[in-house]
Amino acid sequence: MKNLHSIMLDKEKCKGCTNCIKRCPTEAIRVRNSKARIIDQRCIDCGECIRTCPYHAKYAVTDSLEEINKFQYKVALPAPSFYAQFEVDDVNKLLYVLLDIGFDDVFEVAKAAEIVTHFTKQFILNNKSKKPIISSACPAVVRLIQTKFPDLIENILPIASPMEVAAYIAKKKIQREKRIEEGKIGVFFISPCAAKMTYVNSPLGFKRSYVDGVIAIKDVYGLVRSKLREIKDVKLLSIASGKGIGWAASGGESLALEIEEYVNVDGIHNVVKVLEEIENGRLKDIVYFEGLACSGGCVGGPLTVENPYVAKNRIKRLSSKLKDKEESFSWWTEEIINSFSLKLEDILFEKELETNPVLELDSDIERAMEKFEKLNNILSMLPGLDCGACGSPTCKTLAEDIVRGFANDTDCIFILRESIKELANKMVELSNKLPPSLERNDE
Amino acid sequence: MLIDLEFEIEPGNFILAGEASSKIKETLKKLGVKPEILKKVAIVSYEAEMNIVIHSIGGILKAIISKDKIEIIAQDSGPGIENIELAMKEGYSTAPEEIRNLGFGAGMGLPNMKKYSDYFEIDSQKGKGTRVYMVIYNK
Repeated sequence: MKNLHSIMLDKEKCKGCTNCIKRCPTEAIRVRNSKARIIDQRCIDCGECIRTCPYHAKYAVTDSLEEINKFQYKVALPAPSFYAQFEVDDVNKLLYVLLDIGFDDVFEVAKAAEIVTHFTKQFILNNKSKKPIISSACPAVVRLIQTKFPDLIENILPIASPMEVAAYIAKKKIQREKRIEEGKIGVFFISPCAAKMTYVNSPLGFKRSYVDGVIAIKDVYGLVRSKLREIKDVKLLSIASGKGIGWAASGGESLALEIEEYVNVDGIHNVVKVLEEIENGRLKDIVYFEGLACSGGCVGGPLTVENPYVAKNRIKRLSSKLKDKEESFSWWTEEIINSFSLKLEDILFEKELETNPVLELDSDIERAMEKFEKLNNILSMLPGLDCGACGSPTCKTLAEDIVRGFANDTDCIFILRESIKELANKMVELSNKLPPSLERNDE
Repeated sequence: MLIDLEFEIEPGNFILAGEASSKIKETLKKLGVKPEILKKVAIVSYEAEMNIVIHSIGGILKAIISKDKIEIIAQDSGPGIENIELAMKEGYSTAPEEIRNLGFGAGMGLPNMKKYSDYFEIDSQKGKGTRVYMVIYNK
């Protein structure tokens, strides 16, 4: 599986400490030569290492604002979490500022979220197969499942994410209204997260992405903030309701679906725990599972600026403020669906999600079994302290790395010490032995 | 070649419950067992483990993995099952109220184990204990 991840390491800043290797949910990082190294195929871009690194050596590669100038017509797709970054009472102001910083148009991902909600409701009604249905909105969670929970792939909702739907509609709309050809329209997602960047490079469930670039919220934050202060007149641009905006925080997606039997979980390690339970067949009564990699949901994304709890509260306030206009907003949803004659089939996955077999010891089961046996033997010799000094997150991972041929048992400082001790004893022993020519005669 | 995993299951310990089946799952993932097979083993081993935790006074959960099949054996000492036929009925449960309140003991354990395994055998003696033997073919 191609997995061009977008999280990178600034070698200058990395001290080679073990904070990130310990927190990575897929054990994708090792320390080698005093620097962290990310194993591409294992990384799911959850951003946990960005958050954990005390030296800020991890960062996500995203596009700069200048990139938009490559296109004739530039469209901003603000993520719902973008709204939570600023203390603004009117969403129109925020959208207007996006036009002010260089975009020609905006299309709210929150509106696309409402469209996705509309079709997800249809899907749930017709779905008779796997329960619970697992939300596909968080690409890090989808990749987590592909890597660690291959048996749950069939539970994943096979519907495009709001970002993708927004990009699709925006492109169609502009082609139709402005008569501009598709190649000249640049659609940019204003993103709270790194996983979306990866998604655009190698989409999940689709052959291509309609998004042309991903710009980090933090990279436009300062500019947007300063422009917000200057703003005088405002255009009516906002068409998303509180339900769509609510997607920014954990639970918002489920709430919009208006079903009772759902579970929403945020924070990648919590998501892992609940997926374990789903695997055990424990959450059968649950219809929908909304798992988000970041604590608090997208508002807690590694590319956001505002404190996630403050941001969550703002989303709640904005959502309830827009509530009394709900009817006119749902008119907008219908209008878009009808004018593009969108059907569920149009946003269903084009191709099946593959498993990412990087955790397998070998593709041949018999050889994998041999390696497993070897792994256990090695593990029994390791001290089990999970100190991380060898550069692998745990003793178990070191054992695995040894079996795979990426490490040696002497990488463990305890084994190394033991070997040195043996060697030292042997040296003492040898030094006491004299050649026969010099052998003293004590008699 | 065989991989033999054996876990002791503590009765009544809901904190540790599920750990043995998690380890079995983890092993199968390392071996690259197909998702469909993995799913079946996950469910039967978890249900078997939970039954020992809920109903027994202690027991073991075993997984014997070979190239072609996965055998799951759950053996416990405990009250045994008085009426196996009844116990195999969906929804029939002898779990006490407090355990049902925890969301367990819905009477689906044994029926699910039978449903998801390719071969199922149960042996129980009142006052002695229960042994469940299940096979899932790895094809």
